Amino acid sequence: MLDDGRYGLALGHVKIHSLRRRRFLRIAGTATACGALVSCGRQNTPWRFLTAAEGRTLAAICEQIVPTDQTPGAAWAGVVNFIDRQLMGPYRRQRDAYRTGLMEIDRASVSKFGKDFASLDAPQQTALLESLTGGAQRFFATAIAHTMQGYYGDPRHGGNRDAVSWRMLGVPVIPIRGRNRYEFPRQGA
Amino acid sequence: MALKHVNAVIVGAGAGGGVAAQQLAAGGLSVVLLERGKWYTASDCRKDDLRNQRTSVLGNNSGPDEERNPRVVVDLKGQERVVLPSQGAYSNNAACVGGGTFTYGAQAWRYQEKDFRMATTYGVPEGSTLRDWPISYAELEPYYERAEYEIGVSGDVSADPFHGPRRQPLPMPPLPVGREHGILKPAAQRLGLHPFDIPMLRNSVPYGGRPPCMQCRWCVGFACEVNAKCGTQNTAIPAALATGNCELRTGCMAREVLTDARGRATGVAYYDADDRLREQTADIVIVSSAAVESARLLLNSKSKMHPAGLGNRYDWVGRNLQGHTYTGAWGLFDFDTYDDIGPGASIAVCDYNHGNPGLIGGAMLANEFIRLPYQFVSAVPGGVPQWGRAHKDFMRQWYRRSIAIQGPTQEIPIAESRVEVDAKVKDFWGLPVARLSGGKHPKTMETSVRMAEKAEAWLKAAGAIRTWPKLAGKGTSGGQHQAGTCRMGDDPRVSVVDKYCRVHDHDNLYVIDGSVHVTNGGFNPVLTIMAIAYYAAERIVKSRKGRGV
Ligand SMILES: Cc1cc2nc3c(=O)[nH]c(=O)nc-3n(C[C@H](O)[C@H](O)[C@H](O)COP(=O)(O)OP(=O)(O)OC[C@H]3O[C@@H](n4cnc5c(N)ncnc54)[C@H](O)[C@@H]3O)c2cc1C
Ligand code: SF4
Repeated sequence: MLDDGRYGLALGHVKIHSLRRRRFLRIAGTATACGALVSCGRQNTPWRFLTAAEGRTLAAICEQIVPTDQTPGAAWAGVVNFIDRQLMGPYRRQRDAYRTGLMEIDRASVSKFGKDFASLDAPQQTALLESLTGGAQRFFATAIAHTMQGYYGDPRHGGNRDAVSWRMLGVPVIPIRGRNRYEFPRQGA
Repeated sequence: MALKHVNAVIVGAGAGGGVAAQQLAAGGLSVVLLERGKWYTASDCRKDDLRNQRTSVLGNNSGPDEERNPRVVVDLKGQERVVLPSQGAYSNNAACVGGGTFTYGAQAWRYQEKDFRMATTYGVPEGSTLRDWPISYAELEPYYERAEYEIGVSGDVSADPFHGPRRQPLPMPPLPVGREHGILKPAAQRLGLHPFDIPMLRNSVPYGGRPPCMQCRWCVGFACEVNAKCGTQNTAIPAALATGNCELRTGCMAREVLTDARGRATGVAYYDADDRLREQTADIVIVSSAAVESARLLLNSKSKMHPAGLGNRYDWVGRNLQGHTYTGAWGLFDFDTYDDIGPGASIAVCDYNHGNPGLIGGAMLANEFIRLPYQFVSAVPGGVPQWGRAHKDFMRQWYRRSIAIQGPTQEIPIAESRVEVDAKVKDFWGLPVARLSGGKHPKTMETSVRMAEKAEAWLKAAGAIRTWPKLAGKGTSGGQHQAGTCRMGDDPRVSVVDKYCRVHDHDNLYVIDGSVHVTNGGFNPVLTIMAIAYYAAERIVKSRKGRGV
């Protein structure tokens, strides 16, 4: 866990928030077993917009865009959570693009390797993403932009968990105490 | 119920409108200031890397409302599309009390003498509408000074040999400098350039009853929570209200300027905060809605007598839309350049604004404001992939070891770069939206490429181990530095307002904002907009006094 406590100290409420999110992500991580949980019984998905299967594909794509190396990558950072959340708000016009784009990438994966995208090994995933054309390629460009936003943007939007990218870059997380006054998540945000 | 008649109604509480309101109210006129946006506080507009006036991928923090205010943009291939305020092509500035000055970077430049005399200095290149201003730097100088003292500017331009004559130094000293300044200053001097501390509408010491800047990371695009950034929302507008002569109405969207049978302006029709149509009558109407919306408002003010909109007899309203062609360069260093000390931009040179062989004009070059991590994502040079492990490595390795230098290349205006009103697309209130089209003059592109080379050379001299240029596209400018759409001139056949910002043919209708700029300098425009507002408003007050009002 990268949490060095400072973030929690300066931002008590965000800490609680991010703990909740962490639990949420753990649930998301075991999405296949999710049907047993009351909280996501309705559509059998832990997400707001994405289906469990879409979430799995997207997590694999995001992880290709910002992979785990000596520091965590996009999946750990909660980028799928970020994107799913924005699809209910600022990204809502891109819902169709996600629905179709994720389907197309899985379809391409099945036809090339006989498995869905998330089941490929990393070099196969890279090769597939590099070979995309047309609409799928355009969708991937969108996914790159959104993944970068989720990974390098403000943690308050549900990505960049524990400010993992800022720590990687060496950017002080909350340089000024008292600024947490401005960090309250907005209603519904 | 009819609203009480006033002396002046002003549309738009931004840079130009805020200053005009204060000057008129202080001069004893009754004023109604209409603003379509809200009066935000800093805590309404939190420091959010993805949702602000500069990086609006998740929206803007100070307007306009995403759902109600579309525009149409026509690209270079003639393809048109509807765009929303958070999209780059929209050319958004802001919609709030203070307008762009609520979240701006606050660089406070005076244009140089030659910037008012571009046609005389360089001749008129083919295909351009380059003209001189009808006023000179010398005429505007006292008003620049007034803007610097009344709104508040820090910095030190004494080491800049290129600025026009000035009577007073800046009222506040520069902020303490950061690491980039220390790296770039000796390098510029080695190149024979003249570096100095950027003038900023930002308190470096207590001023105007507000505290100094605490040099945070999130400045440009963000509201300042300590109120150290000086915009009209914390200077001119409160001062206007304090006179008791000015009423500010927020959430009020002007629909059209009303005229009588003789063509005189009689007031403004607007939708109030509850979307009810109201009419505010006034002796004088002042349009200060920024270059895109001011042109739109005039064009939407059609009547029998003015079928093409107001001030548009010769089809000039909306033309000459210009901003700045921003180019520059990135440099990577083998030591840390990042110090997390805001606002970031601190050092500039004006050696390249004029006198570049073969070029028309040029640009001031300065180091950039603090780049937030997401802003660095797309900075990668050619050869570095846009995603994957190599991209992440690039971020990790260079984020803290990079410097960007850039500058606003002065654009050569063209008539084809313009604002029209769209025939089909309407906004929430049913008003035809602004339609932006056109492109840039080839001379502008040429200059901008050369400015990028200068920026690269400066970075190299500072020890950058790798540099690469940031170049600009050929599409229409506008954006945050939008200007030019109601240009000032003595000849009504080739301009929209006279040298006092009064619309030709209408002796009580004014445009006071960036729209009146004939050319936009190689500098950020706001101090000039403020200076012109002081200048034009003073004249309005004086001429009314002469008539015993
Ligand atoms: C992030 C950012 C950084 C910037 N940095 C700098 C800088 O460092 N230096 C610099 O010189 N400039 C900078 N600028 C630009 C500067 O803010 C603008 O040049 C300046 O504010 C323009 O002044 P204006 O009076 O023309 O219009 P604005 O300040 O944009 O004001 C126009 C106002 O009119 C209102 N309005 C429009 N239409 C209507 C209507 N129909 N009814 C009612 N109200 C209406 C708008 O809501 C707005 O508040 C920056 C701008 C931004 C957004
Ligand atoms: S850098 Fe200074 S002026 Fe800018 S927002 Fe921070 S404290 Fe305010």
